[in-house]
Formats: sequence, structure tokens, C-alpha cells
Amino acid sequence: MSIDLEQFKQIFFEESFEGLETMETGLLSMKDGETDLDIVNDIFRAAHSIKGGSATFGFNAVASFTHVMEGLLDEMREGKRQADPDVINILLESVDEISSLMTAYQNQEEPNVEQAQLLQKKLENIFSAGDDEAGGVNTSTADQGEENRCLGWHVEFAPHDNLLLTGNDPLLMLAELGYLGEMSMQMHDEKLPAFADMDPEVCYLKWIVDVLNATDHDPIEEEQITEIFEWVEDECDLNITGIYPERKSEDRRLGDRRIESEQTDRRQADRREGARRPTDKAATAQPTNIRVDTNRIDALIDMVGELVITQSMLGQLGEDFEISKLGRLREGLEELQRNSREIQEAVMKVRMQPISFAFNRFPRMVHDLSQKLDKKIRLELVGEDTEMDKTVMEKINDPLVHLVRNSLDHGLEGPEERLAAGKDEEGTVCLKAFHQGGSIVVEVSDDGRGLDRDRLFAKGVERGLIKETDVLSDEQVYMLLFAAGFSTAEQLSDISGRGVGLDVVRRNIESLGGNTDVRSTLGEGTVFTIRLPLTLAVLDGQLLKAGGQTYVLPLNAIIESLQVDAASVSTLAGDTKMYLLRDAYIPMISLSMLFGTTLSPSSDSNKTDTLLIIVEWADKCIGLLVDELLGQQQVVIKSLETNYQRVAGLSGATILGDGTVSLILDISGLIEMSAKVHEGIAQQ
Amino acid sequence: MEAIASIDSSDNQYLTFMLADEEYGVDILTVQELRGWEPTTPIPNTPSYVLGVINLRGVVIPIVDLRNRFGLEHMEYGPTTVVVIVKVQEKGKERILGIVVDAVSEVYDIGKADMQPPPEMDGAISIDFVTGLATMNEKMVILLDINRLVHEGILSKAKEVPTEAEEAKEHV
Repeated sequence: MSIDLEQFKQIFFEESFEGLETMETGLLSMKDGETDLDIVNDIFRAAHSIKGGSATFGFNAVASFTHVMEGLLDEMREGKRQADPDVINILLESVDEISSLMTAYQNQEEPNVEQAQLLQKKLENIFSAGDDEAGGVNTSTADQGEENRCLGWHVEFAPHDNLLLTGNDPLLMLAELGYLGEMSMQMHDEKLPAFADMDPEVCYLKWIVDVLNATDHDPIEEEQITEIFEWVEDECDLNITGIYPERKSEDRRLGDRRIESEQTDRRQADRREGARRPTDKAATAQPTNIRVDTNRIDALIDMVGELVITQSMLGQLGEDFEISKLGRLREGLEELQRNSREIQEAVMKVRMQPISFAFNRFPRMVHDLSQKLDKKIRLELVGEDTEMDKTVMEKINDPLVHLVRNSLDHGLEGPEERLAAGKDEEGTVCLKAFHQGGSIVVEVSDDGRGLDRDRLFAKGVERGLIKETDVLSDEQVYMLLFAAGFSTAEQLSDISGRGVGLDVVRRNIESLGGNTDVRSTLGEGTVFTIRLPLTLAVLDGQLLKAGGQTYVLPLNAIIESLQVDAASVSTLAGDTKMYLLRDAYIPMISLSMLFGTTLSPSSDSNKTDTLLIIVEWADKCIGLLVDELLGQQQVVIKSLETNYQRVAGLSGATILGDGTVSLILDISGLIEMSAKVHEGIAQQ
Repeated sequence: MEAIASIDSSDNQYLTFMLADEEYGVDILTVQELRGWEPTTPIPNTPSYVLGVINLRGVVIPIVDLRNRFGLEHMEYGPTTVVVIVKVQEKGKERILGIVVDAVSEVYDIGKADMQPPPEMDGAISIDFVTGLATMNEKMVILLDINRLVHEGILSKAKEVPTEAEEAKEHV
């Protein structure tokens, strides 16, 4: 039995966290003060499921806390209470509290109940203040309230041997009990003799029944229970005790399993597709699951079926191969290639999830922070259905949070300042996700005060990051934001501005092979752009040779490749080579020079640097000089970090068909490296 | 796994290898396998002792030339050159990498009692990387703390490589 429970626990945690998300989303959608019954019902159901489940698993802190919360929700459900901001806020706090209690249980730690008790008291205060009837039942302090409030009744019903002879049917009485509220039952058959010795007219069984109040405002009275057993008082031993929160789970552990199963059905109905996101850093250590649309799995199985057919066909062909069958072999291999590609795509799709999983936490965050900062903020979410790899999504969560906090705190002005600037009092923060080429782009934009170039520049000089004499483009100045130890906030706040952060954001994104970008107009707003590769596992690559080494270049970054025409090459400031391509000058980078793989890169031998590949990244074009173009193929990305460390200009390595390792080029890294080279030259 | 990482357990087996007539030992439990030398794919802008990466059954692992790291004279790699594949751990993270040595020598049982503390002087490598010295068959064996050597003497050092710009300047 204990093993069984362990299995269910994990599911319970997942569903509960999902339930909490549902509650949070629901509460936030009602923050304007309108009570939407459907939403209240959703929230109530989620809370109820959590209560039931947590009692089953013995998570008493969660169970008793949720119970109080449920009471408040129930009032809303019955229309006795409106969703005013105070109520919503305290309910949101409660959701957080449940979440942290659950996380503690999940990590098998003893939860810290102090905070919960404090909140519980607040809840109860609201409760008793708003409803006089309920107020009578609930005493004001948390402890006493918990102790005195009867959740239901614990009934031990042990009929005497002659109960059946008096014409009474225990079954009817038990059924009667079930009508009073949520019932769970245990039957004791210790007294049951061997079948041969059994007297059919004697009652050997004993029942222990727990009846829980169906709702908080309609508690079961003890009289109601004694009434049921009125006729058999003399024919049985009856013991009725009240159930109080402290002891209920120990007593009812077994019985509650039945309730739990009922609730699971209901929960399955509201279960949303997809996996939960870890709500807490501590929880990430737990094994994570992913929920996949069954259709995707079915499609995968079909494809595997096809693969098996192809494999057996090829196998047969190999048994007695003749050169005349070469055509069929080729066909078979083509088929195999198609199959494996399809399977690969399908498997990738399994890992894809809509970005709404990452976006969902922001309404709450914006809600909380706007109160804290005393700003009026509207949050817009665009492109929530954009799908991205689960691993990527988990990793951009923190950077996104950081960027949004940054926009709220530094980007947006307070209401007065906005009005003074002739803007709408309410500021807007927009989160936008979309696909572009082979990458996924997430933008965090605000219509706030924008970046002050001069101030950033001065700050950069002050921090010793740049020199006063440096001539920098606006973009380069904005990028200072991402330098370590750079913070422009005049005052430190607990929201952002500790001077660590944006550099961490940048590092996180870069470790995923992406890059970050800032655009801003003073007085109009700022846009932070995160650009990430669509998937981290496989890419279509162009194999090329430079400086005697084979490299892989992501195919989707290549615009075109051409033979270098010496007449089109001109130099800028002596060193930077520019290539004139259809009226546009494109900077050229020699890969072998950048990587130091040839000793004399300047020697213009015919073999080296003869091809120019025009690549694009983040709206920038550069030309890569390489020696030779080889084939195109799909490559599996292997991280260099696993056993070594990150290397500038490389996003990883792959293993080619002949077993050798080839390095995968990281275009944003190359662009950065070339910029540094040019800086270095300039300094010389 | 704890026991493997620990170098304090009293009686350990050490695999020893030769580097320019010096004999070095590493805890045998950190050794995953021995391989012959094979060409590597060089990684750009890394210190010269990082020879590159190889494909070890689908895993990309770096290969380090220990002679080069210890400042010993370079030796041509030949068929007898051995790559010791070691597994090191840091903060629960496991890394696999290959170390090029001249030849593998012996496996010794060396107890804590047979070990002398390392000399208090730093050479090409910090004495932090040396667990101790032992005498085996009247020869000195230098016992290496491979975990520290890899993380502090190889990986962190590799970060201090001249930046790309400086590197490139040399070529300009």
C-alpha cells in the first residue's frame, strides 16, 4: 500500500500544481471585481481536489489550509460574497502558500506552517466579518478555529450478534449516513468465522465510518447521526466522535482513498494538456514529466511501423544481394532516410510546447508588482501558441522573468510621470513570441521612458567598461546593460537593480546558443529581444572546410554562397574587408583567421578563403570566408560543455558519418569575435 | 560514488603512467578505460595542451596532453601513446576526458601510511594537484589528485586563454 501511495503522490503533486495554476489564472481574471461563477466554480473544484488529495496523503497542513480557503470560495460560489480586490489578493496569497507547502511536502521536508496559520487567520477574519452566520461557527483565532470547527463525524458502529434478527439492515443505515455528507468507510471482519461455522442470521461485522460535512455552512449535527441509529441503539455499540483537522488524516487515510478516486475523475475532466512547469527552483530536482497529445504518439507509432517494414525489406535484400538489385537497395535506403527523418521530426514535436506555459506566470507577476510599484500596468501576451522545445522553455523562464521585472521597474514610469509626458496613465508591457527562420524570437517591450543613451554612456565610463573617448553606436551603448556589474537604477529596489541580472540573462541565453538584443527610443519605450534556436537537439547543417578543419554551419542561417571576386573586395580602415554584393557592403570574416587555424592567413593562396558564405543573424549580414563547401546533412548536436566547456564561436560539436568530431559554428558568437578582432586592430 | 571521489580512504589502488621518465599515479577508480592515440578535432582558441575533442562512442570528450600541461618536452604521438580516459566529478557533475601519457605502467596498492606529503613548492603544476609521493620498487611515484588537476589546472586555466582578439592580433 505504501508503494502505491508513492506512485500516486507524484501524480497528485503534478495535478495539484496544475490546479494551483488554474486557481491563479482564474483569480487574476476576476481582479476587476466581477464575480464570474464559472471561474469561481473552476477555482473551487481545484481547491477541493487539492484538499481531498492532500488529506489522503497525510499532508495535513495543506488539507486544513485549503479547507478554510474553500469555505471562502464557497461563499463566492453561492453569491454571498463578491470578488473585491481584498478577497482576490488574499486568495492569491493563499494559492502561493499552498504552493510552497506542497513544494515542501514534495521535497519531503517539514513544511513551515507559521505563514500558513497567519494567512489562515486572515482568511477566517474575512470570513467571519462578511458573513454573520458563518462567523458564529468560526471562532476568530486560527488555532481555536481549527480546533473547534468540526469537519465531520467519526462513527464506530459495531452491531451486536442479534441485530439482523430484529429486522434491521445495517446497509440501509450506512447508506443513510452517506446522504449526510462525504462518507468513507472501513469494515472490520475480525470476528467473521470460517465459512462452515457461520450463522447467516448473526451479524459479525463492524464498521468505522467517517462522514465529512459536504459544505462548511451546513455542518452535520450529531443528532442527525444518532437519529439514524435510533432504532438499533440497544442492538449495537455505537461510538460517535467529531473529526477535527488535527487528527482527521490519520483516522481517515484509508477511507479517503475512495473520495480521492471520485475526485480524480473530476480532475481528469479539467486537466489541461501539457506538463506543469516547475513552480519553484527546489522542485526542479524532481523528475519532470511531459504530457503529450495522444495523436502525436499515434503518429509516432505509425512511423515506427513503417520503419520496421523498411528495415525488414532491407534485411531481405541483404540476405542474397546481387548487383542487379542495386536500384532497390537505393530505394530502400531512401525510404529509410525518409522514415528516420519523419520520426525525428515527430519526436521533436513531442518535446514542443506552446510558450504559454512560460507566459502564464506573468499576469500574476505583473499584478503583484504593479501594486508594489504603484504603477498602472497592462500586460499584453502575443503569440502564446508559439511552440518551442521544453528544455529551451525551462531555461528561458528565468531570463524572461528578469526582463519583465526590469521593464516594470525601470522601463515604465509612474502614472503622474506618464501623464506629464502626455502618455496614457496605464503603461503597457508586451510579451511577444514568434518564429523567424530557424529561430524563435521572444520580445519583451514596454512603452516606458526608454533608454537614456547619455546616461548609459556616462555610467559605462564610470564603471570603467568604456572610455570617454570611445565612439559607440547606440546599439553598443545599449548592450552595456548586459555587462556584468552594470545597473542604472538610481535606487536599489528588491524588484531589480542589484547590478547582477541582465548579464546573467545574456549568459543564460547564450548558453542555449541564442542572443539578446535591445532597441529603444528615448521617451517611447524599450524592446528586449531574445533569439533562440528552435531546437537544441538536431540541426540541418552545411559542412564546410576552413583552415584544414571541417565545420558545420546551421543551414538556416545561410543566405547564399559565392566565389570571391577580388574586384568586389574593398578594405575599410585598412583591415576590415568589405564585400560589395548587389549594392550592399558586407563585412567579411576569415574563419581560419578567427580560429587561428592557419599561420599565415594573409597569404592569398588560391586554396584558402576562396568562398564567401553570406550568413544572417539577428538582422545582421556577414560574409564568412571559407576554403571549401562540402555536403549538407542533418547533425545531432552534442554539447561541448558536458565534458569540456563553452568555446567562443562554437555552439557545440557533432559526430560525422565517419566517426570524427566536427565543430558547429555559432554565428552570433562569430560576429562578436570578429568585432573584438577589429577592436583589437583598432587599438593597435 | 562518494568513495570513488574520496582520496582519503586508507588503502587505494593507483594506476601509474609514465611521463618523460617520471611516474605518476591516479586513483584507479577514476580511470574509465585506456585507449590508443587517435587524431583529434582541434578546438579553436584553446591552450595548446588541449589537443581537441574525440568521439568516444557517441560522446564528445576533450583530450589533454599532460606532458604539455606539465611543461615537459613534447613527444611525437605513436602507436604506443596511450590515452587514459578519466571520469572526474565536480559538484555532482561528471566529466569525462582523455589524458595523453607516454605509457601506462603498473597498478599499485598504496596505503595512506606509505604516502609522503608533497614537497612545499610549486612548479609547472601546483602542489595542490599532488596528493602525495610514494616509493614503489625504489622509484618515486607522484600521486595526482585528478579531480583538482582537471578542474583547477586544466578547465579553469583554459578560460584564461588569450582572448580571441589578442590571439588574432598575433596573426595580423
